[in-house]
Amino acid sequence: MNMTSVPNLIPVLPEIILALGAMAWLMLGVIKRDSDTTGVVSTLSIATLLGALVAVVMVTDGDQTVVTMNGMFIMDPFASFIKVLILVGAAATLMVARPFMTMHHLNRFEFPAMVLLATLGMLMMVSSNDFLSLYMGLELQSLSLYVLAAFSRDRARSTEAGLKYFVLGALSSGTLLYGISLIYGFSGNIEYSVVATLGEGDAPIGLVIGLVFVLAGLSFKISAVPFHMWTPDVYEGAPTPVSAFFAAAPKVAAFALLMRVLFDSFPSLGDEWRQIVILMSVLSMFIGAFVALMQTNLKRLMAYSSIGHVGYALLGVAAGTSEGVQGVLVYLAIYLTMSLGAFAVILNLRHKDGITEEIADLAGLMKTRPGLAICMGIFMFSLAGIPPMAGFMGKLYVFMAAVDAGLITLAVIGVVTSVVGAVYYLRIVKVMFMDDPKLDFVETDGRAASMVLTVSAVFNSPVFWIVASPILAWAGWAAASLVG
Amino acid sequence: MAMSEMPLLSWLLIIPLIGALFILFQPNDSEIGKRNARLVAFFVTIVNFVVSLALWAGFDETTADFQFVEHMPWIGNNIAYHLGVDGISVLFVILTTFIMPFCIVASWNSVEKRVKEYMVAFLVLETLMIGVFVSLDIFLFYIFFEAVLIPMFLIIGIWGGPRRIYASYKLFLYTLLGSVLMLVAVLYMYNVADTSSIPELMTYYFNADVQTWLWLAFFASFAVKMPMWPVHTWLPDAHVEAPTAGSVILAGVLLKMGGYGFLRFSLPMFPIASHELAWLIFALSLIAVVYTSLIALAQEDMKKLIAYSSVAHMGFVTIGIFAFNVQGIEGAIYQMLSHGIVSGALFLCVGVVYDRLHTREISRYGGLVNNMPLYARVFMIMMLASVGLPGTSGFVGEFLVFVGVYEASSTVAFIALSGVILGAAYMLYLYRRIVFGELDKDDTAKMKDMDPRERLMFAPLVVMVFWMGVYPPTFLNSMEVSVENLIERFNSRVEQHAQSVGAGE
Repeated sequence: MNMTSVPNLIPVLPEIILALGAMAWLMLGVIKRDSDTTGVVSTLSIATLLGALVAVVMVTDGDQTVVTMNGMFIMDPFASFIKVLILVGAAATLMVARPFMTMHHLNRFEFPAMVLLATLGMLMMVSSNDFLSLYMGLELQSLSLYVLAAFSRDRARSTEAGLKYFVLGALSSGTLLYGISLIYGFSGNIEYSVVATLGEGDAPIGLVIGLVFVLAGLSFKISAVPFHMWTPDVYEGAPTPVSAFFAAAPKVAAFALLMRVLFDSFPSLGDEWRQIVILMSVLSMFIGAFVALMQTNLKRLMAYSSIGHVGYALLGVAAGTSEGVQGVLVYLAIYLTMSLGAFAVILNLRHKDGITEEIADLAGLMKTRPGLAICMGIFMFSLAGIPPMAGFMGKLYVFMAAVDAGLITLAVIGVVTSVVGAVYYLRIVKVMFMDDPKLDFVETDGRAASMVLTVSAVFNSPVFWIVASPILAWAGWAAASLVG
Repeated sequence: MAMSEMPLLSWLLIIPLIGALFILFQPNDSEIGKRNARLVAFFVTIVNFVVSLALWAGFDETTADFQFVEHMPWIGNNIAYHLGVDGISVLFVILTTFIMPFCIVASWNSVEKRVKEYMVAFLVLETLMIGVFVSLDIFLFYIFFEAVLIPMFLIIGIWGGPRRIYASYKLFLYTLLGSVLMLVAVLYMYNVADTSSIPELMTYYFNADVQTWLWLAFFASFAVKMPMWPVHTWLPDAHVEAPTAGSVILAGVLLKMGGYGFLRFSLPMFPIASHELAWLIFALSLIAVVYTSLIALAQEDMKKLIAYSSVAHMGFVTIGIFAFNVQGIEGAIYQMLSHGIVSGALFLCVGVVYDRLHTREISRYGGLVNNMPLYARVFMIMMLASVGLPGTSGFVGEFLVFVGVYEASSTVAFIALSGVILGAAYMLYLYRRIVFGELDKDDTAKMKDMDPRERLMFAPLVVMVFWMGVYPPTFLNSMEVSVENLIERFNSRVEQHAQSVGAGE
């Protein structure tokens, strides 16, 4: 027996923890079929996610890039940064989800288990080093998300959301696979670094076409325009905690994957893919800003808001520089907390007869639930990118990178659409602070949920500037490992 | 420790925040909570004013360098916590801290709902406004400059009049659109000059073609803030709907940020573009002076009238700044300081009668001289100061501006002068309609003269109006060296450019 055939499993430790955890808690749930099992599974899942988080920090070895599993798996500071975001996002989702799930009789043990599996898929995506592990990770994630979208299986809206997401998701996977097959056909390899060498000089046309298909497939996952159609329907139809999850972790993961593929396997085709990214960025900013103006449902609004934010983050990718990637990473970190926080507020909007998702129902929240209103106010100003909230820093650094790369027109379009975006964020602030109360909101229970809410609100408040420097440095370090 | 070594500027920024934090922890909306909030806010603004006086006392008038400088690296190598004042900014800091206590006193009885939040918003606003004037890092400046919008949006939107929502949106979006364009310019400058320090950027030479674009981007922001015609339309709406104190702070300090911006950024950083585009400023300012004066003449609403007069007065300021000589710029700064106090006082005057009759419609008043003689006197002083009567603060600023402008262009001076005449017309007309005439309306006749709180509130303002009008050196001395330095550098840059263009041909 040759000892070298056993791959180095240390860098894969977080994934192993998640995989074992997911399977174990799933079995636990199946075997012990009583009502409090869900609570136990949920708590154990959160613990598993945090365990994986510790493992990620532990296996990150300075600036070292470790490739293992016969070149299929890569662990570098970039992956480490993104994995921390994903795990935090997933754990926070589970924390805010519990009161809602209990109230809507959705507290089945499959929910935390599916979240764990989806998270596992995301971590695999982030660490993929060839197109095969990319596809495996992506599909594991997507399949779990399809199930989650349809989790409220007695509600037509939810099953419709799940089905819609599945059909369109399958289409995008097909596109992606077709692109991968072209790349394989023309390069004879699926490893990023080998494909990268082929792109130098006169790249075969098949490779370029393959790149376009892969890009289209991945853009679906980050819901960049014109591949965004599913987003509002799925966000609206899915149970709110699931929408909160969709808006956070998977988006971060898909973004990381997109950057990984573009920078690792097509560095020399930069001119080709930058055109596409720029176009998607502009379209996303426009659609995200203008279409959101007409929304009346909070979750649909958040969907369009997320499309707009994808547009801004893509600005950093379009810059194609290490500063650009740094900007994107900072942006993703801040976006994760803003969007989770905003959804945590939505989850808290409970009145006597149920739960509301309409913007108009937020009226007078400042009088009925001042704490909640102030948190939401912070998130809205932060999402709008108004200083001194954290969201401004995200925008600042992607715009900085774009200007640095000479994309000044793009930056101007970006700032102008951000003013349009400010209109609908302000509308929510207006409804909450300036209108008279309409509904009697009741206090919601769940200490974990309110903790997530408080932490993310504080993080987005001007207090953020105290921790801004280390986050920026960390993102810079992660970006440097991706773009040498 | 010597005065100049204490981090006074940081204290100026922190003290209001401490006050705001303290108020936040007061009991909710009980009578005691309300009283505490008012008292704490008043005390804090007074303390901040005293600190700013210490700053002024320690200010060295013989140098154009930045003083009280604090510098700390902050975020990455981009943004530094870099503060300092020179002769141009120090007076704006004093103006801000001087106006703030009046805002608190003016809202003493008129703001009844959510007093706690109101006071917190004002104290936070004070920090942000001072931050704008003392930042020496361009990103830090931008953060403060734009952040001002949040408390202002809430103040107008929550405590404002019937159309407050429309007004607050308009204020927010107009100003935001202007400032985001500035943000792109700031990023470009940072990228080219590789520094975000304002003093270093002031000595950096930007390419002449680029200067025009950068200048226009900054212009977009400052013109809205100023406000200049034709982007002034947010101001009358904001003024009309804002609570009295909101109007005072808006006219008193926020409008000055535009003028300050021109002096701090446009002139020193883009001298060639400023020189070449001065005609644009002159044209827009002249339209503002004449056109908005005419509009003011036709107003039926007291606040709207004063708002339009602000636009006209700011027109003089921009003309003075772009005359590019010492008198013009000193006049512009003086005019801004004077306008800060006078228009603030005029809005307070409106507030006094509004609190009694709850209308701002001019025709509902008349004959106030009979039952409110003291009010009539104070109002007259402020009205005449606004017109620019010699002996009041308004005269000095306008006079210096015209001396400066006449040097630059006599045509511009001539047209602008017609604005002064129109200014006298609409202000006197306003005064006649409100104070003189028959006291024939019952509810108007029942109004009582100013109470001790109001008298106390106006006393310092009246003193300042005369002080600034009779003995300007107190204030001019502080700015003189800095303004001279600004002009010197400006002229040498423009000459240099002219020579290089001449040599190229």
